[in-house]
Amino acid sequence: MTQPIPEDDLIVSDWYRDFTNSGVGATLTKRLGLPRPAVLRRHEPGAPLLPGPAVVGTAGEGRLRDPLTAVLKDAGVTLLSPVTADGGTDGERTAAVLLDATGLRTPADLAAAHDFLAPALRRLAPSGRVLVLAEPPSEAADPAQAAARQALEGLVRSTAKELRGGATANLLLVPDGAEGGLAGPVRFFLSGRSAYVDGQVVTLTAAGATDGQDDDRPLAGKVAVVTGAARGIGAAIARVLARDGAHVVVVDLPAAGQALAGVANEVGGTALQLDITAPDAPERLVGHLRERHGGVDVVVHNAGITRDKLLVNMDAARWNAVMAVNLQAQLDLTQALLDADGLLRPGGRVVCVSSQSGIAGNRGQTNYAASKAGVIGMVRAWAPALAERGATINAVAPGFIVTEMTARMPFGTREIGSRINSLQQGGLPVDVAETVAWLAQPESTGVNGQVVRVCGQSFLGA
Amino acid sequence: MTRKAAIVGGNRIPFARSGSAYARASNQDMLTATLDGLVARFGLQGVQLGEVVAGAVLKHSRDFNLTRESVLGSQLAARTPAYDVQQACGTGLEAAVLVANKIALGQIESGIAGGVDTTSDAPLAVNDDLRRVLLQVASARTVQQRLKALAGLRPGQVVPDLPRNAEPRTGLSMGEHAAVTARQWEIGRAEQDELAVASHRNLAAAYDRGFFDDLVTPYLGLTRDENLRPDSNVEKLAALGPVFGGEDGTMTAGNSTPLSDGASAVLLASDEWAAARDLPVLAHLVDAQTAAVDHVHGGEGLLMAPVHATPVLLARNGLSLQDFDFYEIHEAFASTVLATLKAWEDPAFCKEKLGLDVPLGAVDRSKLNVNGSSLAAGHPFAATGGRIVAALAKQLHEAGPGKRGLISICAAGGQGVVAILES
Repeated sequence: MTQPIPEDDLIVSDWYRDFTNSGVGATLTKRLGLPRPAVLRRHEPGAPLLPGPAVVGTAGEGRLRDPLTAVLKDAGVTLLSPVTADGGTDGERTAAVLLDATGLRTPADLAAAHDFLAPALRRLAPSGRVLVLAEPPSEAADPAQAAARQALEGLVRSTAKELRGGATANLLLVPDGAEGGLAGPVRFFLSGRSAYVDGQVVTLTAAGATDGQDDDRPLAGKVAVVTGAARGIGAAIARVLARDGAHVVVVDLPAAGQALAGVANEVGGTALQLDITAPDAPERLVGHLRERHGGVDVVVHNAGITRDKLLVNMDAARWNAVMAVNLQAQLDLTQALLDADGLLRPGGRVVCVSSQSGIAGNRGQTNYAASKAGVIGMVRAWAPALAERGATINAVAPGFIVTEMTARMPFGTREIGSRINSLQQGGLPVDVAETVAWLAQPESTGVNGQVVRVCGQSFLGA
Repeated sequence: MTRKAAIVGGNRIPFARSGSAYARASNQDMLTATLDGLVARFGLQGVQLGEVVAGAVLKHSRDFNLTRESVLGSQLAARTPAYDVQQACGTGLEAAVLVANKIALGQIESGIAGGVDTTSDAPLAVNDDLRRVLLQVASARTVQQRLKALAGLRPGQVVPDLPRNAEPRTGLSMGEHAAVTARQWEIGRAEQDELAVASHRNLAAAYDRGFFDDLVTPYLGLTRDENLRPDSNVEKLAALGPVFGGEDGTMTAGNSTPLSDGASAVLLASDEWAAARDLPVLAHLVDAQTAAVDHVHGGEGLLMAPVHATPVLLARNGLSLQDFDFYEIHEAFASTVLATLKAWEDPAFCKEKLGLDVPLGAVDRSKLNVNGSSLAAGHPFAATGGRIVAALAKQLHEAGPGKRGLISICAAGGQGVVAILES
């Protein structure tokens, strides 16, 4: 009577994915050429970074081959020598294919990328990972180099759409001087933590090397705050942050207090009932964190509401409520935390939940999409100031995530919504949570001002 | 005393009207949920506390170890000891006094005091005649003896004994007792209704300003006290007919507390224990006093014992009745609060009954029950003390250091518990 409903019970099972992975279903859907969503590899504490070996190739004379190899060896990954185009398909399947393309000078060099990737992808295992590392086009020496670097984005995004079996492809842009921050992002993109992150481009910034971290408990000793944590994605974020070692202060509306207490007790954290739109909310949050914890390391702005209506029919109340919770509260709380002397500890992490709607727009969601696009603007604008404190601020933009909310959608809408992405299935709250937790890690110090979509490479606003 | 126990914080579930939102919740369900809310607020998962003390006034016989069972069902460490207390409506405050005393003596470093009651899931006892027959059957050794005992069964025995809100020795309900006192002290209808309206308005305002955000955890869909009527006004209350004191009585359903369900808990600790966990100290429990009156033969009001306890407590602490920043006088009935205030101001009563040369004097009404009390919140008997202790401690903390509050709670059986808190 007092326990919250377990998250799993709320999630509508993906009957279609289960069907296509059953004996009869597999044969049938294959014959009919229907989409065949895979069971994704997700992070399990204690499991190796990759379930199989990796292969590292280069296009041009790159500078990341050695640091990359070091990261993989540190993580206990077995490296295979690159296969050539005629290497055949026998031999062991690879769990990850990494391409160092930092040596690109002209579009002609891209042929080497093709030469390496084509045979390597044939041998990619289910839930395999393709990670291309390059330098930002904006920092190219000349137009030809910029063109070659930009070309990679088309290559990676298309590769991601071609991959099957739960495999993903992502592009990591590493400017000169950002090598020190390589380890965390590389591990994330190879791990099960990035199961639903596909076709994304993340740009690192120059940052000092970190002291390293225990990859099973990277947040040990940290204090994290998660708003909107009573259920759904917020509760999943609290669980993952706690699993990674953080003490989590879960925040939600007083009316959601029973579920909130359940989450707090489940993760061994503390519950703070607070309406984040109240005028004194920033003051109360700051006071609570100072009194009870002396500071905070990780702040996750997850609380969000929808009040959908076509713009022409939308009243002021709907518009204002969404803006107040989804955008203004994030601004006010962040400002208060930055203003409170020393409260956001060195190495602080602010992670803001945006949305696919904020990137692609969505009919009936002008207010919601505006608020979520606003979050992206806020994150980018604040990034330099946080970098000066040794902190970061980033956004995650979830796509179709299977929650209580989507469970209430009409069947057709839900089915279409969950299939229109490269992984052909909806994501889970834990997928968003894993990305948030990654951005919160000490070793994510080089990731700042970024917007990471957790959408399985959704076709919307890609 | 060696040291004063600190009040760290509290938790309660919203109070429900009888037979409503919590109709299917047991005392143990509610107390466990309340403890878990407190655990969540202060991060006490798996923590072994010195003691948990709580009770219920209406209790099933199977709940003989109610508090301990609730602890076992909660997120607290299973090694936390617990015991039940029962002093009618004084239970919650008495529990807090017991925990505070052990902390003061250094016997424990931390503890939870609480209380719970349900009038919806109240125990029904088997009719006494039937009970005797069944006990005889159970103790019978032979089939013959058993049959003989069973022959004692009669149709009338199926009628259960319903719990009654009546004093065993007078047969009068608590409301009828209060009505006698109200008449004796000439407490008018209008002033009772005004007090009730103030209770509702103060409680609603406290909710609106977020005062209860860290004192209440919603339960079973209820987010605020079900009895709360923010728009309550004197005109509406004036329309209600009397329910106690006969046709010309002044006590109505509007200025008497309704039967209600709920639970509360307060976290107490030594200052050191709180500091070691970075937990706040809202206030300290300075001292407490109980008293009882002879309402059976002495002609005294059933609910007037706090009137007697207070001067003893004040004298021991060198305080006058006016030395307080806030007063929490439990609103069993509006008339009880008003009779209490009137008695303290009455020179004859103070001299003859309390042995005081000078009456205790008036209480500044603007300092009375500033965040509402039982008339608005409801009154699940044993849960009221915890509600008041936590809310007063927070109020004192907000007002700043060195502020003082007085709690006065009347109880069935002619008893009363009073206590002083100080920030």
